[in-house]
Amino acid sequence: MIGVGKIKQYSNVLDKPLSKGKQEVSLSAFSFLFSELVQYNQTQVDNIAELERRLEDAGYSVGARVLELLCHREKGNRRETRLLGILSFVHSTVWKVLFGKVADSLEKGTEHEDEYMISEKELLVNRFISIPKDMGTFNCGAFVAGIVRGVLDSAGFPAVVTAHFVPVEGQQRPRTTILIKFAEEVLRREARLG
Amino acid sequence: MATTACFIIVSRNDIPIYEAEVGSAVKREDVAHLHQFILHAAQDIVQDLAWTTSAMFLKAIDRFNDLVVSVYVTAGHTRLMLLHDSRNDDGIKSFFQEVHELYIKIILNPLYLPGSRITSSHFDTKVRALARKYL
Repeated sequence: MIGVGKIKQYSNVLDKPLSKGKQEVSLSAFSFLFSELVQYNQTQVDNIAELERRLEDAGYSVGARVLELLCHREKGNRRETRLLGILSFVHSTVWKVLFGKVADSLEKGTEHEDEYMISEKELLVNRFISIPKDMGTFNCGAFVAGIVRGVLDSAGFPAVVTAHFVPVEGQQRPRTTILIKFAEEVLRREARLG
Repeated sequence: MATTACFIIVSRNDIPIYEAEVGSAVKREDVAHLHQFILHAAQDIVQDLAWTTSAMFLKAIDRFNDLVVSVYVTAGHTRLMLLHDSRNDDGIKSFFQEVHELYIKIILNPLYLPGSRITSSHFDTKVRALARKYL
């Protein structure tokens, strides 16, 4: 019969092609899912540090997978071996694929050699979240910090990554900064590679 | 022509997560152990070499008698290592690229813990089919 489409039945996910897939996901769907994630974790922990750690761990598994997938899709199978390379990969490619835009800025810390900061005026995950006063400095951006830590760790650049609110004049909502502090061995290896 | 080939996938933490003898020669028990030993010994070389280049395919990095070890390192530092006696560089590169795609599909599974053994029999079947095709 003319016009009957033939649907290919894939028996196993390994047979499906690794295509680009849909580029966009509904923001409201994601926000609902993320808020449920935060609320679920809130019921399981007693304090804020534990909640931040759980969100970070959730982000870590995303980061590890995102690294492999993006290096394959976007970079045509070239790995990153240098510090600045992996940082600009996170700052542009990862941010563009996850949030639809590159991060606002990437800066090197002035006080310590091993600190770098990625700043964003308003993190996508925080857009519909407000923090109650009694939670102090808690930031749901810990999820994004976990993603960055997952990417860096899997690529061989172990680091401690945290998310902070930085108040900015003339703006009602504070800016979010992801602070990346690399481990000793990363700096030693960078120095060795010259 | 019968070829010996032993293929393993080693995770970032130096734990083998998948092993297969994919050569077309008859499998002998004593030789299988030797193959694994050679592959494990080549790990140190891979770790140093991985940081010197941004390419993923590292070609032949070590020899033992007439057996050659070729390695392909992914972005997450997972090593696909092949011990073989043939000299078919292009075939080996294509084999690695196809297995890399399969590996990405495996780790995209949110229920798969990266660094744990790959137990999917479908993955096993596909890897062996690819080996027959390219090696």
